[in-house]
Amino acid sequence: MREITFSQATLEAMDEEMSRDETVFVMGEDIARQGGIFGQFKGLPQKFGFDRVKDTPITETAIVGAGVGAALAGMRPVVDMHFADFMGVCMDEIFNQMAKIHYMFGGQKTVPVVLRAPDGLINQAAAQHSQSLEAWFMHVPGLKVVIPSNPADAKGLLKSAIRDDNPVLFFEHKALFRMSGPVPEEEYLTPIGKAKVVREGKDVTLVSYSLCFNTCLKAAEMLDKEGISVECVDLRTISPIDKNTILESVAKTTRLAVVHEAVKQGGVGAEISAIVAEEAIDYLDAPIVRVGAPFTPVPFAKPLEQAYRITPEKVADAIRKMF
Amino acid sequence: MCAKPVRKKSPTSIRNYDKDLLKSFYETMMKIRYFEQNIQEKFLAGEIPGFVHVYIGEEATGTGIMTNLRSDDYIQTTHRGHGHTIAKGAELKRMMAEIYGKKPGFCKGKGGSMHIADFSVGMLGANGVVGGGYTLATGAALATRMLGKDQVTVVFFGDGASNRGTFHEAANMAAAWDLPILFVCENNQWASTTPYRTTTSVEDIADRAQGYGMPGVIVDGNDVFAVYETARKLIEDIRKGSGPALLECKTYRIGGHFVGDPEMYRTKEEVQKVFKENDPISRFEERVLDEKVMTREELDQIKEKVLKEVDEAVEFARQAPEPDPSELYQDLYV
Repeated sequence: MREITFSQATLEAMDEEMSRDETVFVMGEDIARQGGIFGQFKGLPQKFGFDRVKDTPITETAIVGAGVGAALAGMRPVVDMHFADFMGVCMDEIFNQMAKIHYMFGGQKTVPVVLRAPDGLINQAAAQHSQSLEAWFMHVPGLKVVIPSNPADAKGLLKSAIRDDNPVLFFEHKALFRMSGPVPEEEYLTPIGKAKVVREGKDVTLVSYSLCFNTCLKAAEMLDKEGISVECVDLRTISPIDKNTILESVAKTTRLAVVHEAVKQGGVGAEISAIVAEEAIDYLDAPIVRVGAPFTPVPFAKPLEQAYRITPEKVADAIRKMF
Repeated sequence: MCAKPVRKKSPTSIRNYDKDLLKSFYETMMKIRYFEQNIQEKFLAGEIPGFVHVYIGEEATGTGIMTNLRSDDYIQTTHRGHGHTIAKGAELKRMMAEIYGKKPGFCKGKGGSMHIADFSVGMLGANGVVGGGYTLATGAALATRMLGKDQVTVVFFGDGASNRGTFHEAANMAAAWDLPILFVCENNQWASTTPYRTTTSVEDIADRAQGYGMPGVIVDGNDVFAVYETARKLIEDIRKGSGPALLECKTYRIGGHFVGDPEMYRTKEEVQKVFKENDPISRFEERVLDEKVMTREELDQIKEKVLKEVDEAVEFARQAPEPDPSELYQDLYV
């Protein structure tokens, strides 16, 4: 299969969906003339025009609000958040407006908006340009939260997100944009709400997503050589969460570890651990392990950032202690 | 460049007004007034739950503006949105049912007073967050233009909400992109329980239009004729592609911020004085009788018709079934 980058995969998804449906458009800061700060929109305005690929004022509140309003009036907007960290600026538009409109108005109107939110650690970008905030949004009923780990899923999930009539937050790790991987040439969709067992194993279930999932695959290789067989589950969507895939895997392996780059406290791992404790505790042969970032803002200096970062070694260490 | 806001006066005569138009002004204003009086009464009697905010004293604004809109034009309203919703043509029975939290309500009892929406008449929703609607309305205006339609979007807000950052972000975006949207500030003098001048940098909210390169216009919001004629010109221009404008309607909130508000911040005398001198409905009645364009009998007939209609809406809401608990998860996702 051909290999393309994560960035190219998302660009193909945008291109295909904008060609298929005239109501799909994209707006955000620096996306048209600049092509996006990670090049993820390059060439789109030349093909679809600057009206459908729109540079916006630096006003996340107005951008997201306008995306919601445009959806109410018949469009299918994709809104780029520039950096996921800026979602705090437009929080009301996300959790009070976008998330609630369909339910609160009795299902009168759908809100087909996609927010693309580049997140995660890259280039020592420090406290306000490096965060992984996905857990905030799994607490909000009405939103779907998607978070791919590789180019193929990025393309298939982005296309599904654009076609979804619910608001979807699409988190894309900044360090993934340059990652290459196999992506089918023919059209396909990746379903939202379905996790994937990427690597089968029998001793421990390792649940993760986004860039960190790749870290987990490396840890699994290391542990394999030591005789620990790790089953790696890529969540791909964190809300609605695919409980069944997790529970089935835990029933088989009898151990659970959850790993994410986001802060451990109150993270996605806490939710998954609670689900497994509630619904599958009898299967467990060891306490659940969570690996996440320390409870600090993201630091700037290299040694500090390195201490903050989740590495294959840290994951492997945490899992060894389960045996 | 846009200059200081223009002040528009009442038309010198209303003798050339079409009779049906005059009747419709009165009918809409009275409908809102009776609807809101009923809401107050039923809320205080414990029949209506939640939080409710009424529009009494501001009826001329919504009526004068909405009369210029087509049914496919959009409006975005606020927590004080019953008047706008009625003026946009929403059915009273389903509206009242929603306020009562009943199943046949517009939102199946999931929204209530602060979250009424009726998309079938272009009413994109009330908003429980002060200043929450501007950016949504701006997006709706963007969509209509992208879809090649000539619809106009009107967003209503108060003097208090004009201090939200959302106003400034939306005004800039709408003006930068020449979007077909009218910003209507109903300056009712009260930002919740605070006199707006103690927390607002300008006397006239319309002054703020200048900073965004759009026309600002001020009108007496309790004069339905002045509001109607001023809004007509602005909406016509916007529909033709002039870009956004800001219309400030000077009015006064007769009721408290919410029904049941102890109103510690003002005297009863102040409110009574305004109501006596500047009630938009009394002013309408006096003027049409003075200029002999309507008769007392015509006014009374409309009143009676409207009373009946509102009473039927209340009765409908009272009798309507409540939602079943099994509907809790309905409409969470599509």
